[in-house]
Amino acid sequence: MARRLVPILILLVLSMPLAAETPAEKGLRVAKAADRRDSGWKDQTADLIMILRNRRGNESRRRIRTKTLEMQNDGDKSLSLFDEPADVKGTAMLTFSHGLRPDDQWLYLPALKRVKRITSRNKSGPFVGSEFAFEDLGSQEVEKYRYQYLREEACGKGWRCHVVERIPAYKYSGYSRQVGWVDTKEYRRVKLEFYDRKGAHLKTLKWKGYKSYRLSTGNYWRADEMFMQNHQTGKSTTLKWSNYRFDTGLSSGDFNKNALARLR
Amino acid sequence: MNLVKRLLPALSITLASAAYPLDWSGNLAVEARIFPSAARWSEQKNSGLSLSFQPELRHQWHDGKRGLTFIPFLRIDSTDEERTHADIREFKYLHVADGWEIRAGIDKVFWGVTESQHLVDIVNQTDLIENIDGEDKLGQPMVRVTRVLGNGAIDLFLLPWFRERTFPGAEGRLRTPLVVDTDRARYESDLEQRHFDYALRWNQTIGPVDAALSWFHGTARAPDLVPDTQAGATQNGASGLIPYYPLLRQAGLEFQYTGEAWLWKLEAVHRDTKGKDYRAAVGGFEYTFVGIHDTPLDLGVLAEYNYDSRRLDANSPFQNDLFIGTRLTFNDTQSSELLAGGFFDLDYHSRSFRVEASRRIGQSYKLSVEGQLFLDMASRDPLAAFAADDFIRIELTRYF
Repeated sequence: MARRLVPILILLVLSMPLAAETPAEKGLRVAKAADRRDSGWKDQTADLIMILRNRRGNESRRRIRTKTLEMQNDGDKSLSLFDEPADVKGTAMLTFSHGLRPDDQWLYLPALKRVKRITSRNKSGPFVGSEFAFEDLGSQEVEKYRYQYLREEACGKGWRCHVVERIPAYKYSGYSRQVGWVDTKEYRRVKLEFYDRKGAHLKTLKWKGYKSYRLSTGNYWRADEMFMQNHQTGKSTTLKWSNYRFDTGLSSGDFNKNALARLR
Repeated sequence: MNLVKRLLPALSITLASAAYPLDWSGNLAVEARIFPSAARWSEQKNSGLSLSFQPELRHQWHDGKRGLTFIPFLRIDSTDEERTHADIREFKYLHVADGWEIRAGIDKVFWGVTESQHLVDIVNQTDLIENIDGEDKLGQPMVRVTRVLGNGAIDLFLLPWFRERTFPGAEGRLRTPLVVDTDRARYESDLEQRHFDYALRWNQTIGPVDAALSWFHGTARAPDLVPDTQAGATQNGASGLIPYYPLLRQAGLEFQYTGEAWLWKLEAVHRDTKGKDYRAAVGGFEYTFVGIHDTPLDLGVLAEYNYDSRRLDANSPFQNDLFIGTRLTFNDTQSSELLAGGFFDLDYHSRSFRVEASRRIGQSYKLSVEGQLFLDMASRDPLAAFAADDFIRIELTRYF
């Protein structure tokens, strides 16, 4: 009798950590897996067109060239260079993101040739008048949120998705929580819902047109389009990405505040 | 086949340069200036229209590591013939090598962190007839060698030619009671405009601090204005003012601490000219309230104190002045913003106020409005010359 019980007991003990994984642990595990799945591309450049739409459907356009440098033990370094609207052409923004610590940020104003260090408290403010807040476009580090696994469900195109709630752990966020859908196979982000400080549903972001880019370190998925709908104001913003390039040989020297003046 | 082989390299060069085409942009602006108070001098007008044109041509190749830039500037002014002027703002070649950058030609650089005054900024001459805020600069011939550091750099500037400051003519507003005769500028150096100036600057980011130290040796950018008592002098002794440019050595410090909502800023200089040396500083803070009342609006509050050790003998109007200002950023699609501020002179008790507002119209126009008031001007304050020159400036710019 005892002999027959031992294997069962061993099996029970072995399966206990899995069964005892709390929703918080599972949420964190999914976030870490997604982060691992998208690491190793070293650097990335891409062109971005933003289309801002107001309630009446009037459109306004921004064109931005972006460069990102993947950092191993810190948040990524990124550069945004504006080509449109014409009055801000040549304006550049350099960001060193740091997870929970405040980001370092410099702005280059071409008319004055002035490089200005700016405060990074404005996480919840709109980025160039769009429906994207600075925090929506910032480097997505795992430690920036606390997670809660909600469920797994179908999420279109025959994909299955992990549905994970995340609560910002950094200061000055404009959100009480976010709910994200990420596919179970390749960890592609599909949808993200934003809830304002009062808990009301504020915005929904959807990713479309995924393509995979094969590098020696793996293949990476990037969406051609991101669509943000603000449910409270009726305004929306579309981001159209093109010319993705990876591992182009950028180094931290390209992400120097003194280099901002010679970008265009 | 042979022909194809020979043509291929030529073709690929053509294609390579097509990948980095000539980038052409710039702006065209129409400006109206209105002076509500009657002019003090009979030649002056109470309003004026002006047109400015600044095309910008850029060509980059070798992955942006080589570049040519050409930016001419032209203004045609309806009232002041001195304000009708042309300049080459930039005409330079850029060469980027591993850890080094070299720029040669006519260029523009900015040094500094404060808002009320740009004290340390000395490389480029001020194009004063453009605007009295001192933010418009003339192109400066230079060779600039940059050694790139971690998040900083060391710059060496070789400045072989001096640019004279521009001043309004007799018909212009915002001028000294006696007109500055820029054709008769005098210099301490016998080499005059050919005096070889140089400058060095080190800048570095250390955590939340951005700091810079600089050194300049050459002809002062701000002239002393000396009454002309010679040719054509009138009964009261002088017919005009002559700019006199002394030689100057300047050591400069820039400091900014960036917190989450606070910016603390300081600029300080020690200047050494023949017969006198003096110190000047400007320092203060900017605090930003983000998203006031759950709107996208940001409100900044600024205060800066301006000091000059020459005090009442200073040729600068900011010898013991407090600046208090506010910046309103709407964060809307049109990038609307408003900056309002006042200088309070603690010696002369004179005050001046300035409001600047701008907003994009459509995709490629921008409307800017600027207003300036000079109040209770004491006669010894250098700003007293502008006592009757309160103005409103409206500018519509088309960017392309």
